[in-house]
Amino acid sequence: MNRLVPPRLHRRQLLRGVSALGGAGALNAFLPTWAQSGTPGLAATLPTVSGDHIALRVGHTPITVDGRRGHAVTVNGTVPGPLVRLKEGQSVRLAVTNDLDEDTSIHWHGLLLPFQMDGVPGVSFPGIKPKETFIYEFKVRQAGTYWYHSHSGLQEQMGHYGPIVIDPVGEDPVQFDREHVVVLSDYSFMHPHEIFRKLKAQAGYFNRQKQTVAGLLKGEDQPLKDRKEWAAMRMDPTDILDVTGSTYTFLINGHGPKDNWTGLFKPGERVRLRFVNAGAMTIFNVRIPGLKLSVVQADGQNVQPVEVEEFQISPAETYDVVVQPTEDRAYTLVAEAADRSGMGRATLAPRLGMTAEVPPLRKRPLLNMRDMGMDHSAMMGMGGMEMDHSAMSMRDPRNAPQVKMGPGVQMISPMPADRTGDPGQGLEDVGHKVLVYTDLVALDPNPDPRPPSRELEIHLTGNMERFMWAFDGVSFSHLKDPIPFRFNERVRVVLVNDSMMAHPIHLHGHFFEVVNGHPGRHPRKHTVNVLPGGRVAFDLTADEPGDWAFHCHLLYHMHAGMFNVVTVRPLDGGAA
Amino acid sequence: MRALLLAIAPLAIGTSVAAQDHGAHHGHQPAPAPDARQGHLIPPPLQEPVAEPPPPPSDRAAERFYSPEAMAAARAQLAKEHGGGTAWKVMLSNAEVRPHSGSDGYAWEGEAWWGGDIHRLVLKSEGEGEFDGKLESGEVQALYSRAVTAYFQLQAGLRQDFGTGPSRTYAVLGFEGLAPYWFELEGSAFLSDKGDVSARLEGAYDLRLTQRLILEPRGELNLSAQDTPELGLASGLTDAELGLRLRYEIRQEFAPYVGVAYERKLGETADLARAGGEDVEETRLVLGVRAWF
Repeated sequence: MNRLVPPRLHRRQLLRGVSALGGAGALNAFLPTWAQSGTPGLAATLPTVSGDHIALRVGHTPITVDGRRGHAVTVNGTVPGPLVRLKEGQSVRLAVTNDLDEDTSIHWHGLLLPFQMDGVPGVSFPGIKPKETFIYEFKVRQAGTYWYHSHSGLQEQMGHYGPIVIDPVGEDPVQFDREHVVVLSDYSFMHPHEIFRKLKAQAGYFNRQKQTVAGLLKGEDQPLKDRKEWAAMRMDPTDILDVTGSTYTFLINGHGPKDNWTGLFKPGERVRLRFVNAGAMTIFNVRIPGLKLSVVQADGQNVQPVEVEEFQISPAETYDVVVQPTEDRAYTLVAEAADRSGMGRATLAPRLGMTAEVPPLRKRPLLNMRDMGMDHSAMMGMGGMEMDHSAMSMRDPRNAPQVKMGPGVQMISPMPADRTGDPGQGLEDVGHKVLVYTDLVALDPNPDPRPPSRELEIHLTGNMERFMWAFDGVSFSHLKDPIPFRFNERVRVVLVNDSMMAHPIHLHGHFFEVVNGHPGRHPRKHTVNVLPGGRVAFDLTADEPGDWAFHCHLLYHMHAGMFNVVTVRPLDGGAA
Repeated sequence: MRALLLAIAPLAIGTSVAAQDHGAHHGHQPAPAPDARQGHLIPPPLQEPVAEPPPPPSDRAAERFYSPEAMAAARAQLAKEHGGGTAWKVMLSNAEVRPHSGSDGYAWEGEAWWGGDIHRLVLKSEGEGEFDGKLESGEVQALYSRAVTAYFQLQAGLRQDFGTGPSRTYAVLGFEGLAPYWFELEGSAFLSDKGDVSARLEGAYDLRLTQRLILEPRGELNLSAQDTPELGLASGLTDAELGLRLRYEIRQEFAPYVGVAYERKLGETADLARAGGEDVEETRLVLGVRAWF
């Protein structure tokens, strides 16, 4: 797979088309860029770059989504950018040239590497100035499915992302005959700066599924009593996603639902699908009606196979699943936005041009008391508790002494529950098996058996009305101190969600073990979604010296201030 | 009376503050009970002794590889892009025609802001007149606004009146925000350059009939702390306005509406108007547009 490519080679020659990625690269013919992406109904799609020297260019590119012209910030001219295919153990040199007239960067999401190669301007390096080339250089220390994206401004929303696949040096525990990379994302024809300003100007701007009087009369959604109780708390139970299908077209490998990206298979083959959620703000619910999904990897780390019919994937997470379609027919791949405001749609088929039925969008879910940080069982214990009472206790500072109370803190979860056993909002009653975090069991034993030496609690706070988001009530722009760790110390980090939105929290440069009831084989992840009113604990061995970004991977939450720097000292590791 | 009126604005905002802080003094809702943590999933707390966190480091790792100047510039940009930005909004709540058998009238009310999450510059304007050229009343306010609670901001600044009648300048102290049940509330106390004190309280509510059709009741109450004959005002409640507007959001930013506006002078101010041969109440059809960008 690893071909030496001279660094100055014309980029078209680097874009190796791979229509069926697996099978030892059966279709490794060089294809021009135009044949690979954005073309309706083509088989697959992603140009691939590999080898020890890889050249990437970030630039402006006009694109077409579902027949409509738009503007994108791209890597090597396509959305998504090329698949970066590497081999565990190799060294790689990635020369990234900035053709924009503003700074850019590439962060290698989930990769273990020296901090100065992590690609976060202001934390790990100064960024890449216009017309400059920055050379990333590191040894590839892992295998699995990952991705890369800009960490500058809001470029990620505009198309600046792509997948990474690293082949293991030994035998792959996952057996498959063919593989497809499936990059989920959200594209808007509205400029991301304008999306952010709309959210500041009117936080519910993109929600076109609010509760109405007409709905009340038809008996839909909450009954009047509940509506009054929620209104008393100034909480909107329809506020599932901040930016929705009212402006987004949901993309699968850069193709809109009408473009219908199609991945091919032969009946009976084991097909590995490498899902990456590169969406800026969209939590997707993924299913392929008619096929069981065997989840074999999460965030690039192998897990014991678990069979489900649907899984929720939040921004920055990856899941590898294996499907085995036996019939000579097409299957629709559905990536439904969590608020059911739209879907990404693609097709798996034996031949091009085949399609299957596209299921309609399901009913928009409503937030409930559990999302408010009020556990069901605890609620029942209180019996006929008056709602105005609970409205008051929804912001009791004693439940989070470390949080700086202020206009940016709308609520403090009174009784945050461990929700790692919950399937995600709106998936509680879908009538089939949905993946939950507690299903994930690491294939290999966790590398560090030490118990944590201390516990660190971090509150995810926000004000949905003001669109303010932060850790512990203080946005990054007002922060004085990073979150410090000693090199090699083992710490239990507890994330408490004091808001009614989910937050996928990402720590750069490390894997952590999500504490989910499988001690010794906790799943190792780089991003963990903390459900509304919930709490998630993870154990971290801080064994990567340096400064690392730590943030919510909902792009506009991060942009609003839900970001901090994690430090691991001493910088020379155990030498001190 | 003057002291009473001055107390209104803080009182109204104080209610919301109290509502938020009340839980802290309630004594009925202690810190989360251990059983709420669902012990079968979250392991028990760590064994003692528990290590202390290290102090935050004083160095910045990236400066080992890149120039401190370049990193400082990138850090400044990073802070700006992660919570340090500014936003703005221009909102025309009402821009309407009030058809009348004599001369058609018009009225407007709007607000614009620019700034960060906490500190903002706010401009407000409202007024009404007739199309035959007479601007009856108009005002502009320039305010500094500071978010003080999760839902309310305090505002202070200046107001300038224009239109018929004496032109006045006022100092303004007010609040604005979102009350429980999604009521939009706004209150201001005014001290004029002649030493007169007055106050205004406004409230509005969006009743969402469908995703795009919204019925908006809106009310306004004005008070004066003293007799101000030049402005035709007597001490006490001076006038009220009630509006009911049905708007259709063609886009969220652009919604034409139709409605009624009822205005009535109150108390001794009404007596003054009657004595002057003016009507004390008026009901008008209104046609307009609500727009923001």
